[in-house]
Amino acid sequence: MTRLIPPMDELLRIQSLRTVFPGDAGPFAAVDGVDLTLERGRTLGIVGESGSGKSVLSLSIMRLVPPPGRIAGGSIHFAGQDLLTLPEPAVRALRGRRIAMIFQEPMTSLNPAHTVGAQIVEAIAAHERGVPARTLRARAVAALDRVRIPDPDRRFDDYPHQLSGGQRQRVMIAMALACKPDLLIADEPTTALDVTVQAEILALLRSLQAETGMALMLISHDLGLVAGMADTVAVMYAGQVIEHAPAAALFADAQHPYTLGLIASAPQAAAPRGRLLAIEGTVPTPADMPAGCRFEPRCALAEPACRAAPPGLRPFGPDHQAACRRAPVEALVEALVA
Amino acid sequence: MSAPLLEVEHLSRGFTVRRGLLVARAVGRVNAVDDVSFTLARGETLGIVGESGSGKSTTARLVLRLLDPSAGRIRFDGTDITALTGAPLRHFRRRMQIVFQDPFASLDPRQTVEQIVGEPLLLHRPGSAAARRERVGELLSLVGLSAAQARRYPHEFSGGQRQRIGIARALAAEPELIVCDEPVSALDVSIQAQVLNLLRDLQDRLGIAYLFITHDLAVVRHVAHRVAVMRQGRIVELAETAALFARPADPYTQGLVAAMPEVHPAPTIGRRLAVIAGSGLGAPAR
Repeated sequence: MTRLIPPMDELLRIQSLRTVFPGDAGPFAAVDGVDLTLERGRTLGIVGESGSGKSVLSLSIMRLVPPPGRIAGGSIHFAGQDLLTLPEPAVRALRGRRIAMIFQEPMTSLNPAHTVGAQIVEAIAAHERGVPARTLRARAVAALDRVRIPDPDRRFDDYPHQLSGGQRQRVMIAMALACKPDLLIADEPTTALDVTVQAEILALLRSLQAETGMALMLISHDLGLVAGMADTVAVMYAGQVIEHAPAAALFADAQHPYTLGLIASAPQAAAPRGRLLAIEGTVPTPADMPAGCRFEPRCALAEPACRAAPPGLRPFGPDHQAACRRAPVEALVEALVA
Repeated sequence: MSAPLLEVEHLSRGFTVRRGLLVARAVGRVNAVDDVSFTLARGETLGIVGESGSGKSTTARLVLRLLDPSAGRIRFDGTDITALTGAPLRHFRRRMQIVFQDPFASLDPRQTVEQIVGEPLLLHRPGSAAARRERVGELLSLVGLSAAQARRYPHEFSGGQRQRIGIARALAAEPELIVCDEPVSALDVSIQAQVLNLLRDLQDRLGIAYLFITHDLAVVRHVAHRVAVMRQGRIVELAETAALFARPADPYTQGLVAAMPEVHPAPTIGRRLAVIAGSGLGAPAR
């Protein structure tokens, strides 16, 4: 096997990733042929609704796909190594230390029976043998301080229930960053939080990224949130990336009707109390997955040819790709106006 | 302007704070809702927005008389309902319904849709079983489901469809007021838009007033005619929606509005969407 030599700052390269789960209608791919790359210091946003496969994608990178689900194909190169061919102990050494992850619900991710300090200490000690206890405590306090928890020396001895939701998410971030990972995967990190706390946590992630140069993979159903944070955005639908673009390009030149629909579904300042342009219908279930374009049954622009074969991603600008046979949309618009 | 449908004056609700594991003793009182006043006209939507613990859901429960206020007055259609009990209270309860956040938890999994939607009819509109079935069919088509789906159970529906079932159940009693408590918070954005459009259509057709409780500022800006911002049990600001978002007066409201993640699509996107929507291509191909 040839060892991949990555471009200078490329950290993560996912190719043709396929993660399957057994189902009533035979095995189905929750992630079905995903290609993505992420450079050091950059932020990749993954946007999708329930059933899009965005969370299975992140669990695949961590090699934490819950059985009976399994990764059935493709490769995930992290700093030049294929994570999918590494033995489990080597993956465990990377996980937490070089690739860390934070989840939506900090209350279920923290152990209620241990102090937050003890849990951060445990996270550090798991990856670095022989660190003296005093140093461990000092590093945990420093980690709490880094995520702007006031009075970190005293908070070290608090239990999770003594902290607010925002503080618990800060503790989760402190744990994730305690070993200075190269990649942080944040799966809906602010969804359970109030809007003011959400803004604080996002600002914190931004400044920590600037300090440490880590790469960030931000997963959310919220297109507005992702667009404000990410350099590039991948929109997922039914297990596939259907559009991939620099964040700015997405809001200037979205090509896929699903992306356009997502933009239109979010209530905006410009059109108060108007009808939202809803995407009718729902995400297809594994049993009724279309053979052609998976969005076709809900698509306002669909034509018979869309049902014949799946559309691949095609380029529409610098770093901008979309998987739609009907694109570029602008030509359709011109034709309709004429 | 006619008299408001709902008038809430100086409403408060305190809770006793207890400490101690075996022998709990009262150590103080907090006001979950503290001197709250507002009115709601027929056919109007009043948004109540606030973060967790702001008292917005307690306010909803007080209005519906699911909780008793410790002070203040609630008038519905001119009648003081603050102290009503028994049959007179039940009479008013029919006229105000609630739609909950979690369509998964608020529907009985062992009942068919017909039973769920038909239950309020048994209470409020006695009649033959055939008439009831017909009315359930009407209600389902009103919320965009088909009468053929009436024999199914909640687990056979998606999240957005379950929320439609919850709305159909609320409509069964022909209410004048529906309290919507985070009705779209558990739904995907594309499904959210469907449900918000449905609520809007129902208001236009039936003249229902909504008390719309949410933590989501973008949603409240979209649905509400007027917005009340709650913090620590109090209304810190109440204004007409456009004015509140354009010129928030209270520092807390200013902070909330500033923290909203906003999407600003370019005009090209708006044009694409307008053409798709207005071209007759707006409906799915099949």
